[in-house]
Amino acid sequence: MDLNYATSDLAFRDSVRSWLAANLPTDLQHKVLNHKRLSREDFVRWHKIVAAQGWVAPNWPVEHGGTGWSKVQQHIWEEECARAGTPAIMPFGVNMVAPVLIAFGSESQKRHYLPRILSCEDWWCQGYSEPGSGSDLASLKTRAERNGDHYIVNGQKTWTTLAQHADMMFCLVRTDSGVRKQEGISFLLMEMKTPGITVRPIKLIDEDVEVNEVFFDNVKVPVANLVGEENKGWTYAKYLLGHERTNIAAVGRSKRELAFLKRIATNQKKNGHPLIDDPIFAHKLAALEIELMALEVTVMRVVAGEAKGRGPGPEASMLKIKGTEVQQLLTELMVEVVGPMGLPFDAAFLEGESAQSAAGDDDAAPLVPYYYNYRKTSIYGGSNEIQKNIITQMILGL
Amino acid sequence: MDFDINPEQQQLADAIRRWSEKDYGFEQRKHIIESDVGVSDAAWQAMAELGLMALAVPEEQGGFNGSALDMMVVMQELGRGLVIEPFLAHAVGVEFLKLAGSHTAWLEQAAAGEKKIACALGEKHARYDLFDITTQAHAENNTYRLQGEKSVVLHGAQADYLIVSARTAGSDRDKSGISLFAIAADTKGITRKDYRTNDGMRAATISFGNVIVPADALLGELHQGWHLIDQASDYGVVLLCAEALGAMESLTQATLEYLKTRQQFGVPIGKFQALQHRMAEMLMQLEQARSLVMLAAVKVASTDPEERRRTVSAAKARIGMAAKFIGQQAVQMHGGMGVTNELPAPHYFKRLSMIELSFGDTDHHLARFIAQPGFKQAA
Repeated sequence: MDLNYATSDLAFRDSVRSWLAANLPTDLQHKVLNHKRLSREDFVRWHKIVAAQGWVAPNWPVEHGGTGWSKVQQHIWEEECARAGTPAIMPFGVNMVAPVLIAFGSESQKRHYLPRILSCEDWWCQGYSEPGSGSDLASLKTRAERNGDHYIVNGQKTWTTLAQHADMMFCLVRTDSGVRKQEGISFLLMEMKTPGITVRPIKLIDEDVEVNEVFFDNVKVPVANLVGEENKGWTYAKYLLGHERTNIAAVGRSKRELAFLKRIATNQKKNGHPLIDDPIFAHKLAALEIELMALEVTVMRVVAGEAKGRGPGPEASMLKIKGTEVQQLLTELMVEVVGPMGLPFDAAFLEGESAQSAAGDDDAAPLVPYYYNYRKTSIYGGSNEIQKNIITQMILGL
Repeated sequence: MDFDINPEQQQLADAIRRWSEKDYGFEQRKHIIESDVGVSDAAWQAMAELGLMALAVPEEQGGFNGSALDMMVVMQELGRGLVIEPFLAHAVGVEFLKLAGSHTAWLEQAAAGEKKIACALGEKHARYDLFDITTQAHAENNTYRLQGEKSVVLHGAQADYLIVSARTAGSDRDKSGISLFAIAADTKGITRKDYRTNDGMRAATISFGNVIVPADALLGELHQGWHLIDQASDYGVVLLCAEALGAMESLTQATLEYLKTRQQFGVPIGKFQALQHRMAEMLMQLEQARSLVMLAAVKVASTDPEERRRTVSAAKARIGMAAKFIGQQAVQMHGGMGVTNELPAPHYFKRLSMIELSFGDTDHHLARFIAQPGFKQAA
């Protein structure tokens, strides 16, 4: 057993760390570190910087634009990005649709879409959930009927993340209603500007727009936009979900947020002393830090297993549950730390329209919306209850 | 980076498991608990033949110079087997002698399994603070005279040698002025009151009534014993955490088997989601605890004492939380059978509950984690 990174991996870490220090624009970093809202342009700008370096898609095969990094190096890259406070590379293209296209797409689909994903020419969104199909995703009703060289799509998707920014959607549609629900689903690619598609933003609990309803009214989609075989979409969707979950523990991000939490807990006074010195608060903080320490090792165990060709199978469910529990607890304690300074709501400050918060505590201003927003983490990507079902069936065999 | 145990460690683990399954079953263990001495010479002999006593001892004294990671593998198996022999006390005793670098003849006997060591450190009023010492040692004519009482000394009555902490200077709670002594347990003036513990093990109250020991009984530097105690007990914590990990593995497995076999309402009770989700949580608790035990087993040898204390205390605190959850839920899901004395499951629960009360409980180690200077600096 050797819990340390190899020397070569440490050298890799140092090199990406200095690249990030030199190339991450400070205004973007400032927004991320201070919990401000990021615009479409912010995400695209960072994507293009990383793309110019050739590092946008470390998990892709080299012939399509991957980096050839090992699993451990990919993990280090993600951790270092989180540590530095980069905007996220949007996962919908790079981590979600691209692996499906590489595994199941036609040559012309790969040739057309993959370079556009790398360059961020297309912003992708994921058309999965429907009003009646949340955790029971396979019950989806949006239907596609074949009509010559087109499908005619009718129905509705919801919770479609950042669809308001999207150029393309990958979408699960029902192409056969006469069979078991998993067997009649197909995987379609759609241009968002196709006539008949309407995007309606949903204001979330923090009053930000992060998800949308998407309506399809007789939308004509070329048959060439079908991925793989008709009615095999569920297989591709499951393949994709495996890719979606690998970095779900978000340990790097949580470590950064723990440091932030400690900083504000040091600045905040209780009975004339730093709040971090208060035994009741310190006890909660310590328990959280210990959970995160454990999670970091647990993630490394999974990564090391992957490097040896094992998993990540159902262990990903555990990382999702424990990762989101830590993320939520961090936001909970942040709110506890700022106390009454958590009350003022300041949209102009969050959007960057005003440089200072109206109530005068710039650290505190974004934290309650952040806390509200992060309740989503135990719900999205397969709710934590669904993850427990997966553990129950796949690991425990109950 | 590699989280797998090596082939030698795996072989040793397999050998211990074969022995405990064959010769240390539930009924055999029950007889040992109910016996007058509360331990088994035959088991001790078998463990010595497996090489367990020699494992951590330096090669110069006939051992294998094994690391804390090697010992973690052993303790996990002893935890799985619910072994109640005085191995932990002995192993911590060996660590004291190794750290002090003296008493090599004792180490040789310890490696051979000929003599057992126990550590008489805690006192009745002191809770988990091993620096809170009233037992006195006075220097007199090239000897020391000890006076005082040690409380809940794990396997103290079964040991041949005792590692004893005593105050040679300063006042009750000072960390300086503490000295350590290595004393034969049959020295005149020592009385040992042996009793059972709530998990089927043995412990003792040990009184020192004007016990005279030679000057060379001193272990390490005069007045400087605290550093040894802090370090050796961290080693003990790691071993204890590994034992808890093994116990939790077995208990989780036993509970899972029970959910698959126990039928109610015409189905195995494992078909009920209320139990399934708790079982999934038990598994996650186990894996999170395992991660920190691995980390602590590596870092306990760190040359940076703060890193050592921080990691070891994190592990003990996390083990404490996991053990409470897993232990209580296992009993609950075993239903009525969980509160009998007739199944291994409740015995694992009992052992885990007493591990919480040993070497510092969860709150003690959370407080120690917080007290490290680095806690208040950004991670």
